[in-house]
Amino acid sequence: MIEKFKEWYINRHTYAKQWKDRTGGKVIGTFCTYVPEEILAAANMLPVRILGSHEPQDVTEPHVFGMFCPFCRDALAQGLKGRFNYLDGVVLAHSCIHFRQTFNSWRIHLPVEFSYYIPMPNTVQTPHARPYHTVEVEKFKKAIEEYIGHPITEQDLDRGIETLNRNRRLLRKAYEYRKLDNLPLTGEEAMYMAVTSQFIDKEEHSQVLEAVLKELPERKLPRDAGIRLMAVGSENDDAEFFKMVESVGSTVVIDEQCAGSRYFWNESVPNGDRLATIANRYLDRPPCPVKDYPTHSRFQHVLNLAKDYRAQGAIIMQEKFCDPHEGDNPRLKKFLEENGIPTLSLEFDSTNPLGPFRIRVEAFLETIRGEELF
Amino acid sequence: MAIPTKYPTEPLKCWPKAKEIRQQYYKDYATAHDRGGVRWSGGAWAFDAVPMGLGDDVHVMTGEPYAASIAFDRKFAQECQDATDARGWARDLCSYMRIYWGSMYLNRFFFGGEFPKPDFYYQTQICCSHAKWDQEASLYEKVPFYCIDVCVGPYETLTEERLNYVVKQLHDSIEGMEKTTGRKYDDEKLIAAVHNECRSTSLWAEICTLNKAIPAPLDEKTMFSLYVLATLQRSSKKIADFYEELRDEVKNRVARGIAAVPYERCRIITDTQPPWGFLKIYRYMEQFGVVSVGSLYTFGLEGIFADQEDGSWGPRKTPEQLGIKIKNRDEALRITADWNLSRPQWQHFYDPQIKTRMMLRMVNEWKLNGVILHLNRGCEGLTVGSSENRLGLIKAGVPVMTYEGNMADEKEFDERRTTSRIESFMETLGLEQIEAARAAQAAS
Repeated sequence: MIEKFKEWYINRHTYAKQWKDRTGGKVIGTFCTYVPEEILAAANMLPVRILGSHEPQDVTEPHVFGMFCPFCRDALAQGLKGRFNYLDGVVLAHSCIHFRQTFNSWRIHLPVEFSYYIPMPNTVQTPHARPYHTVEVEKFKKAIEEYIGHPITEQDLDRGIETLNRNRRLLRKAYEYRKLDNLPLTGEEAMYMAVTSQFIDKEEHSQVLEAVLKELPERKLPRDAGIRLMAVGSENDDAEFFKMVESVGSTVVIDEQCAGSRYFWNESVPNGDRLATIANRYLDRPPCPVKDYPTHSRFQHVLNLAKDYRAQGAIIMQEKFCDPHEGDNPRLKKFLEENGIPTLSLEFDSTNPLGPFRIRVEAFLETIRGEELF
Repeated sequence: MAIPTKYPTEPLKCWPKAKEIRQQYYKDYATAHDRGGVRWSGGAWAFDAVPMGLGDDVHVMTGEPYAASIAFDRKFAQECQDATDARGWARDLCSYMRIYWGSMYLNRFFFGGEFPKPDFYYQTQICCSHAKWDQEASLYEKVPFYCIDVCVGPYETLTEERLNYVVKQLHDSIEGMEKTTGRKYDDEKLIAAVHNECRSTSLWAEICTLNKAIPAPLDEKTMFSLYVLATLQRSSKKIADFYEELRDEVKNRVARGIAAVPYERCRIITDTQPPWGFLKIYRYMEQFGVVSVGSLYTFGLEGIFADQEDGSWGPRKTPEQLGIKIKNRDEALRITADWNLSRPQWQHFYDPQIKTRMMLRMVNEWKLNGVILHLNRGCEGLTVGSSENRLGLIKAGVPVMTYEGNMADEKEFDERRTTSRIESFMETLGLEQIEAARAAQAAS
């Protein structure tokens, strides 16, 4: 069953179109992982995260200046090339200025029926973010209600919350298997699993996850796990990179990235107020550096993951020009190394030089293996 | 070819005063501790009226103008950036930030002596780099960091809840500052500072509005040295008073037809910070009879604008002008929050179309012939959406030129390439070099 995730990863647009034909539902493009998908699920919509394709492109230069991150340009390119032409709406939750450009250029040049901007707090650590964001989530709910022409009931919200939570729980369970000595899945496979949860119908995704969880106890990798690595940093859904890393004597056992664990790590915790429950979940999740103020709360979480999953080293993946991560990485690198986790920093583009990266990864693995060299 | 009209020009009388205020500002900051005073650092967009409640001996050094000053000294700017690069920070990060950090890491103050360590950092969170800047600086200097999140969407969509979110954070920051400094906060001083902040930023908007006149009484290169005072400390009485004096002088220049550029025959605006080490590109444009009358940056970074009764764009009325009496801390914080959230230069962070609309308004009201956009690799915050602004302006029929550069890292600016592009743009606008203007500049 685990192959299903890769199939979805490759055929994501076909899936979305078929979902739309099958259900008659609305498909909403989500910009960044801070969009409260519970509301969309409650409205029986399909949230589809806008991601890039890791192919060279030449269509975004007139819209986004080349000093902004390749991810934001690659993602916009997908829209401009018509690959998301099935979208009924787009939603952005305030995050970095780079990706906000993708959203805005999309709104200008690729008009859709529904477009909404959520001014999600960027200083999630302040207690005032909670009541404020609850009101914004409520406004978003009202906008969706207006769009679909009927109210979202409390039962709908409960269903939305549970649909998302169930999927998060199952992903966490699957990730638990990555703590084992005898790993039942690769980092590449885990990436397909996590990324696809961001654009596949959650119920359907959860059903496959449940089936996979039954298979995992008996599953074994056809190779030695090698060095256990952590992937940490900017948005990364480049499966080819993980495949390369895992072909040279290592396995990615955990990640701290928005295409992976950061997306699903925490659940909404019901507190009697459904909208506050949803709002708080996004404030409490492992933060993107753009929201991690005034302290670097994220660093300890990264270290905890590294320890829990017994990572022997961490690859810090830096999307070129990604200011929020660039503003964290030197201190994060130092923090990890001071705590016994060696690091390798790599700068990512939408297409990556796997040859040179392979040499650097091999050298990194040799460094970790140390005494085994001679 | 006929020689174009030559307008009378004369130097600004208050120019030396502007220079003196700026010099005194850095001196006061550097020596504040010697006099038992408080020092804080942060951004030019921090709510600078708020720390003023800590006392009259509280001095600020805003990071961007400090770094811009260094950028003019290309050698020291490079040393600072090298020091930052050496600590592993990415070279494409905000060049002001890299210069400020470098000066801090090197422990060298541009105006002499060691880098003056602040007692705390105070900043707003709107730009991805701004908050990281002070987060790192506060960790390095081991002093507290107060960060006010202002990401509440454009002003035209402001609601009570969104305003409250900002105001509550400001209240918290006061409690933090009291703890850090051990001082009791004085609400009367805050109220006075908020009045001064509104006064200085409204006055600056009024001064910019006076530049609608033909000939323009001010050119942008001169404005850079004047708007900067608001970026230093807009809540200071001294600066608000200076702007009153400047407003009166500019008004007088308009009445007498005094020009900034003698052969003005073409009016443009630019966009974002200029490459500070290469301001001569503005002088070069003057040889073609071109005056840059400002930019959304020089106008709206600190100037607070609003719709006027006749529908035009001009200074926002201050609480005093509206007869509002600020009675307590909460009211003062609400006013400063609302005032700052209406800042033109914050709106484009949410949607480039808002900025395009503002620029088109400038094109019409300031009677412009074209726009030059600086695709500034040194500042993601002010370059965000620039490409869409270009498309929007072109669609509206406005001639647009772009050039790539960096406000503070000369390695990313190609002077010859930029002047070549300017020459082509001049040709597009049907302008040739005015020999008398060229000769006058060569002789000066």
